[in-house]
Amino acid sequence: MNGRIIFKGNTKAEAIVSAEGISFYGGVDPETGVVIEKGHPLEGKSITGKVLVFPEGKGSTVGSYVLYRLKKNGKAPAAIVNKECETIVAVGAIISEIPCVDKVDIEQIKDGAQIEVNGNDVKVL
Amino acid sequence: MELTAEQKEMLEGKHGKAVKKAMEILTALGEIYGAKKLIPVNSVQIAGVSYDNLGEAGLEFLSTMAEDGKVKVLTTLNPAGMDMENWEALGISKEFAENQGRVIDAFKKMGIIATCTCTPYFIGNLVRFGEHIAWAESSAVCFSNSVLGAKTNREGGPSALAAALTGFTPEYGYHLEENRQAKIAIDVKTEIKGTMNFGALGKVIGEKIGNKIAYIKGIKEASVEELKSFSASIATYGGTALYHIEGITPNKTDIPEESIEVTEEEIKKAIESMNTGEDADFVSIGCPHASIREIALVAKLLEGKKVTKEVWITTARPIKKIADQMGYTRTIEDSGVKFACDTCCVVAPIKGRFKVLCTDSAKGCFYGSGKNDFKTKIASIEGCIEEALK
Repeated sequence: MNGRIIFKGNTKAEAIVSAEGISFYGGVDPETGVVIEKGHPLEGKSITGKVLVFPEGKGSTVGSYVLYRLKKNGKAPAAIVNKECETIVAVGAIISEIPCVDKVDIEQIKDGAQIEVNGNDVKVL
Repeated sequence: MELTAEQKEMLEGKHGKAVKKAMEILTALGEIYGAKKLIPVNSVQIAGVSYDNLGEAGLEFLSTMAEDGKVKVLTTLNPAGMDMENWEALGISKEFAENQGRVIDAFKKMGIIATCTCTPYFIGNLVRFGEHIAWAESSAVCFSNSVLGAKTNREGGPSALAAALTGFTPEYGYHLEENRQAKIAIDVKTEIKGTMNFGALGKVIGEKIGNKIAYIKGIKEASVEELKSFSASIATYGGTALYHIEGITPNKTDIPEESIEVTEEEIKKAIESMNTGEDADFVSIGCPHASIREIALVAKLLEGKKVTKEVWITTARPIKKIADQMGYTRTIEDSGVKFACDTCCVVAPIKGRFKVLCTDSAKGCFYGSGKNDFKTKIASIEGCIEEALK
């Protein structure tokens, strides 16, 4: 699947898929990489080292700094794949240098699948 | 997006690491929002200053940018998590103060004027009609777009910093005239007076129409302070970046056909909804930061009296300097009220310290209850002082 590059990179990892948007500020613990938003489909799961697949970001613009903090703590996702990337996630991915692609048909990606992200190309292996 | 030769060089890293990173942010945002080019900006306001929000990672990002980044245009800062001089008297820990100091130092190193206020238009970052700017801070964005007639999107901390370091912002959204036209008319059927009532009006309209651009009729007069309160409130409750008020704001707009009313009953209900507590133990005036006129009023109301609870006046430090000169500060401090410059009741780390906040600010009520778990009580400035003396 070809998407649009938000931050260019090349990585292979397991997918963790959320059908709901993610708010990084208050929704993900920057120290552990675990989703902590109450009632979120990924609540209690770690996004560390995974290809994190979700429709779009939401919430406070401070979320960009949470992605940066995850990266510095070694708890960041390996890559981010969005349906539609918005400012918070885009800025977060760029400042944290996390490969990020959007405009991808994310419904084709199953939780747990092996994914390769290479530039604008997202491949289910 | 088309880049000039200079902008391309910036993106390639020929102007240093910080400028490269800044350009990556701006071009990515430009692509996402369909901008055709980057345009020059003359003024920047940066949010994300409180260490409470940034954390160690945010600080590290700023420090990295400060290694070789220098701002190209006048750039000012949003409130910090504490009064940069008087933090101890306001109950801030030494550890927090040190970390907040490191944040401010990183900004200063980049040439940013470390004013720490949400009212940059009061302290020298005054923008003119039609000027392209890149501001963060939702209330100031709304005020500059609507009242001053400058043009800005609602920037976040990093994107505002990126604009400051390059002098450019992507041309989309509120930079384009076609996106600044009113979409719905609001007929205000009751007389609105004072900062509290203007705040309540902002809440009613924001909750009705979200971030649609309103054309508001029925307001006869509005002071700068009332517009400051209204801008903060409509941005908080609606996500609004721009509004028009007939006969008051300067932007040209089409007048929409769709029209809805705001009644006296709705204003009353909005005020009631912000009155969730009684007997405040914390009174805070200055959200957005108090003007010199508001401070003069507070001084007059407090003359020769003593307050019985914790009371803060939050304002920009240069405004307090004027209050010092005029003797207002002495009158106010003699009554037991504290000045909290550089910060406010929204961004200071005061969760758990108080139970009931009394303020004239509808925005203050929103964050007081949401972020800090306070019950709230809204009143005019006169009413807030009455509460403080009770």
